[in-house]
Amino acid sequence: MRLDLSWIDYLIMIIYFLFVLGIGWFLRKYMKNANAFLEAGRSIPAWVAGLAFISTNLGALEVMGMTGSGMKYGMLTTHFYWIGAIPAMIFLALFMMPFYYGSKARSVPEFLKLRYDEKTRGLNAILFAIMTILASGISMYALAILMEKVLGWDFNMSLWVSALIVLGYTYLGGLSSAIYNEVLQFFIIVIGLLPLVFLSLKDVGGWSGLKESLAPIVSGNGYAADTWTTTWKYTSEASGNPLGVEWFGILFGLGFVLSFGYWCTNFLIVQRAFAAESKSAARKVPLIGAIPKMFIPFLIIVPGIIAIVLFNDPGKGFTLPLDAAGKPIYDYTIIMLLKQYLPAGVLGLGITALLASFMSGMAGNVSAFNTVWTYDIYQSYIRKRTGNEEADGKHYLTVGRFATVAGVLLSIAAAYIAGKFGNIMDFLQTIFSMINAPLFSVIFLGMFWKRTTGHAAFTGLLSGFLMALLHHGLTVPAGATTLVKGGWIANLHTYPVEMAQNFWTAIIAFTVATLVTVGLTLLTRQQKSDEELHGLVYSLTPRTLAEEGPWYQRPVGLAIIVGVICVVLSILFW
Amino acid sequence: MVDIRIPIGLMFSILGVLITIFGFVTMSDAEMYQKSLNINVNIIMGILMLVFGVIMLFFSWRKKKA
Repeated sequence: MRLDLSWIDYLIMIIYFLFVLGIGWFLRKYMKNANAFLEAGRSIPAWVAGLAFISTNLGALEVMGMTGSGMKYGMLTTHFYWIGAIPAMIFLALFMMPFYYGSKARSVPEFLKLRYDEKTRGLNAILFAIMTILASGISMYALAILMEKVLGWDFNMSLWVSALIVLGYTYLGGLSSAIYNEVLQFFIIVIGLLPLVFLSLKDVGGWSGLKESLAPIVSGNGYAADTWTTTWKYTSEASGNPLGVEWFGILFGLGFVLSFGYWCTNFLIVQRAFAAESKSAARKVPLIGAIPKMFIPFLIIVPGIIAIVLFNDPGKGFTLPLDAAGKPIYDYTIIMLLKQYLPAGVLGLGITALLASFMSGMAGNVSAFNTVWTYDIYQSYIRKRTGNEEADGKHYLTVGRFATVAGVLLSIAAAYIAGKFGNIMDFLQTIFSMINAPLFSVIFLGMFWKRTTGHAAFTGLLSGFLMALLHHGLTVPAGATTLVKGGWIANLHTYPVEMAQNFWTAIIAFTVATLVTVGLTLLTRQQKSDEELHGLVYSLTPRTLAEEGPWYQRPVGLAIIVGVICVVLSILFW
Repeated sequence: MVDIRIPIGLMFSILGVLITIFGFVTMSDAEMYQKSLNINVNIIMGILMLVFGVIMLFFSWRKKKA
């Protein structure tokens, strides 16, 4: 399974590295204070921030995982894109961005401080900081192990080199550098993976040839012959499709709770819109990002589906590495496909695309971590602002730079821990993924119900998180071999697949958080005056949304275009 | 600040030229291109990248002029 690269492939990679670091180098002279470094001076054009928005989300684990899921679940994986992202992105753009951006908050935790109180911010800031480091460590580990197994690169070397390059450009140019590079990385990911899509599709005889070759394989697994090339058709029952979830679970669990939790409250993503040059630009950022997002499935999921056909045809010579239990490691699908189809030259481009996806994800984590650390932890609890703006700006810039270095070093440490105690890291990541659903509930109630109080929000956030934990401790997915997957308290219920368990964990976290927040709001007194909530709550914010330009350049016009394309795609692949 | 289209345009132009030349140099190597279904993907992708790079640079240049 070894893949040998030639000099041209390395040369392509080196040119890419030079450009990535060069962008950081050019931007370094603009980094005069914390505002420029951590918020990109709120000066980024909408299209740049929009592509960065989607590029941050297109990390290495996303690319590797979604291609693997394409193999495991077929076109059903597109639920993570069409129903599981687009509605939430439209909602974020039209209804939430005006309050996020208008509040002048520099981070999501800071919005919680402005809208609610210090303790709500503190809870969220600390959980978020830990989660970001974990996520970046885990993806760094996954990348280094992939490079070791397939390319034969030394594990330590790929870990440190890739981390140091990300550190280099984020340290030099801060958020601006992360965002600019994400745009470059977005194009390299698309162009690098493009030949793979065309060649693999051509190899199996196009879309209709793919359907034909899939039919016997899929039927052999006990599903209807076209299950892998349809999305909603077999979701009337959980057992009819490989996701193991019925339409309600997909619609409410994935399409509402999980996706709104992720897209509307995850600072890592939302930060790109915060950096936009105006409120109108900030509203357009998620919508501009949504356009490529809808088509990414064709780039990474479709090759994954083709991989099943190759895998089942011995004549193709396509293999996947096996894990200790003898099962194929689905996450390796993408790199094995690159090996299958790409000759030297474009192969280097494909590997560079994988490295770029890793870097865009990691830079996103690092630049969100240093902002939350500097503004929400350091500035609130360690050294408050002195009032001298210039001196403060310099001081927090230094702190932000240190946080960048510390964030990268902590991620490297997390990557080594993931290598030694992979199960513990998986477990921690599962736990921390539970903070998003309650957070969405609390932020949503805060924006649209002026009565919502700080005490209620804090308790709602905490109890949603704890109930999710409890649910995870009491249920298991079928076939789980370790307590990491759940059931570490008792086993009260067995889900057919892990996906179903995740969906329900999120649904419970969201429901509990909402009920507790609403209930306690009715029992507690609002500490904030209407004056303080101006610009943070819908009913207390004057509507001055006079957008300029032709209709298709306005947020609502763009949202309609995005919505229509998404519906058309869903119908085409129903 | 800096127009991001300049580094993107430059990088894709350089990579495009490089990969196109590599594609022409290896054109006779039938064994190498067996993988890619006997298509010289290097020439195709190289030209595509060069065109993309030049378009990026053109837009950046046009904006600067205006």
